[in-house]
Amino acid sequence: MKTLDRHYLLRHRDVPGIDTLQGYEADGGYSGLKKALAEFEPDAIVDLVKASGLRGRGGAGFPTGLKWSFLAKDGRPRALVVNADEGEPGTFKDRELIEHNPHQLIEGMLIASYATRSPESFIYIRGEFLHGHEVLQRAIAEATERGYLGDRVLGTDFSHHMYLYRGAGAYICGEESALLESLEGRRGNPRLKPPFPAVAGVYGLPTVVNNVETIANLPPLILNGAEWHRQWGTEKSPGLKVMSVSGHVTRPGNYEVPLDATLRELVEMAGGVRTGHQVKAVIPGGSSMPLLPAGQLDTPIDYESLVQAGSMLGSGGCIVMDDSTCIVAAVARVVRFYRDESCGKCTPCREGTYWMTDVLDRLEGGQGELGDLDTLLDVADNINGKAFCPLGDASVGFMVSAIRNFRDEFVEHITGRTCPLGARLYDTVNY
Amino acid sequence: MTSEELGTGGAPEWNPEWASWAAAAREEFPRAQSALMPFLHRVQTDEGWLRPEALDAAAHYLELPRQYVESVVSFYSLFRTEVTGHRTIHVCMSLSCALAGSDALLHNLEEALGVRVGQTTPDGAYTLLEAECLAACDLAPACQVNLRYVGPVPPERFQTLLEEEVSTREDA
Repeated sequence: MKTLDRHYLLRHRDVPGIDTLQGYEADGGYSGLKKALAEFEPDAIVDLVKASGLRGRGGAGFPTGLKWSFLAKDGRPRALVVNADEGEPGTFKDRELIEHNPHQLIEGMLIASYATRSPESFIYIRGEFLHGHEVLQRAIAEATERGYLGDRVLGTDFSHHMYLYRGAGAYICGEESALLESLEGRRGNPRLKPPFPAVAGVYGLPTVVNNVETIANLPPLILNGAEWHRQWGTEKSPGLKVMSVSGHVTRPGNYEVPLDATLRELVEMAGGVRTGHQVKAVIPGGSSMPLLPAGQLDTPIDYESLVQAGSMLGSGGCIVMDDSTCIVAAVARVVRFYRDESCGKCTPCREGTYWMTDVLDRLEGGQGELGDLDTLLDVADNINGKAFCPLGDASVGFMVSAIRNFRDEFVEHITGRTCPLGARLYDTVNY
Repeated sequence: MTSEELGTGGAPEWNPEWASWAAAAREEFPRAQSALMPFLHRVQTDEGWLRPEALDAAAHYLELPRQYVESVVSFYSLFRTEVTGHRTIHVCMSLSCALAGSDALLHNLEEALGVRVGQTTPDGAYTLLEAECLAACDLAPACQVNLRYVGPVPPERFQTLLEEEVSTREDA
C-alpha cells in the first residue's frame, strides 16, 4: 500500500474551514470545475473518467465512465441523481463527506452534469441526515450566490440547477430505482428493469445515479488526470477509497486508503482490537457482504481480490468482530435488519427474511434444532437470485458465509441449548 | 402550535400556513408527486407528527387521493402518525451498534422511561424508537435525539440521552 501524503476525499482532515465556500476556494476548490468548463468538451471528460478506471463507490463497483456513456442519446434532457441515502450497516463515509466537505460533492456534481450534459441534478439524502441536509442547503446557496449554479455557470453556455430532496427513513431507497420512485413522491418500491435509469430515470429522463463518494472523486481527477488516479490501487481497481471501519476496533472511523490496502492494514489503522482479544471475522463491505474469517485478513480490498476471497468490497463498510462475538447473534441481528427493511413487494424477500429471523432468534435463544441449519440454507437458496431487487440477495450473504465458516458455533447453540458466549438479543426469547 | 391552540371548539383544524407550504413544495418540485414528501416533512417539523388533518390537507392541496397520501406516509419509518414526545430518541440497533451494546442501552432506556420501544411516555416528554443503521457506526452505540446525533452512548450512560440539552423539534 502506497502511503498518502494528504487526503483527497476527506480533505477537511487536513484543511480546516473547508466546509465553507471561502475555505474550499482557498484550498483550490472549484478549480476542477473551471478547468472542466474551459479545457474539456463534455465527451472528453467521459473519456477521462473511463481512462481513470474510476468505479462506483456505492456498492456495485460499476465503471463510472461506462455508466455515463449508456445514457440515451435521443436528444432528451438528462439528469444526474446523487445517491446520499447511505444506510448500509457499517458504512458512514458519505455522511462525513457531506457534513464536512460538501463543496467537493457539489463541484463533482457540476463536473458530472457538464460531462453528461445534464441541466438538472438531484441529491437524494436520507431523512436521518438532518445535519447533512442543512449543510448541503447552505453550501448550495453559497454556490448559487457565487455563480457556480444557475443560468450560465461562470459565464459559459452551461446552465445547471441542483435540487436537494430529503428521504424519510427507508433503507431500500438506496437501491437506485427505489430511490427514483421515492424522489418522485411515491412509496420506495424498486422498479422493474429494463428500462434502466440511463433510458428512463427520474421523471422519465435519461438519468445517471452515482454515489456521493464517486462524485467526490471527480474534482481531483479533473485537476490531476487519469494517470494520477491510476498510481493507486490495482490495474482493475485503481484509486482511493474511503473505508468505514467499525465494530471491535479501538479507533473506529473513516480511513482514506489506496485500493490495494489489506484488511489487516485497515484494522491496524483503526487501532486494532482490544488488548487480549483476537479478530474473529471481518465483513469487508457492509452487512450485505459475506464475512471473511481472521485467516483471510491479508486480502487486499480491491474489488477483484475480495471477490476471489469470497466476499465483496460493497460500500466499504468494514465491520470487525473480535473473539467475544457470538456469530449467531451477529447473523440474527443482520438478518432482522433486512426483514425490517424489506419493502414487501416480492415474496422471497418479504417472507424469507421473516422466516430466517425467526429461526435465528430461536437458535440464539438455545431453542433450535439441528434441522434449522438446513432450513436456513434452504430459505437462503430460495431468496438468492430470486428476489425482485438486490435487497433479497443482501440478506443472505452474511448468514450463509457465517454458517459455512462457523458451523460448529451454530451447532453448539443447539446441542448446548444456550449461547456459549452468553450473548443476549433484545426482543427475543433470551432477553 | 398544538391543535388545541388552533381549534375553535376542540375540533382539529387545519393550520392556515399549510396552504403556503404546499404551494412552496409544488413550486420547487412541480413534477410527478415530488411535492408530497417535502410538504409532509415541513408539517412534521412543525408539529412533531402527522395528524389525520395534515394528510387530508396534503391530499387537498397537492390534488392527490387521500389513500395515496396514506400509502406513502405508511411506507417511510420517519413519518409518524401517532403523537410524538417532545424528544424522540432513536437507538441504532444495527450490527456495529449491537456489538457495542445497543440492546442493553435500549433495555435500560425502557426501564428508565417505563415504556416499551415504539411508545411515548404519558407526560409526552419522550418517544423511544429503534433506528435502522444511522450511518454512524464510528459513534456506536449511536443514537439520535430529534434527529441530532448523540454517541457513543454506552449502555450504562443512557441517562445522557434524557438529560443532555438537545435541540427540540422546533429548531430542527
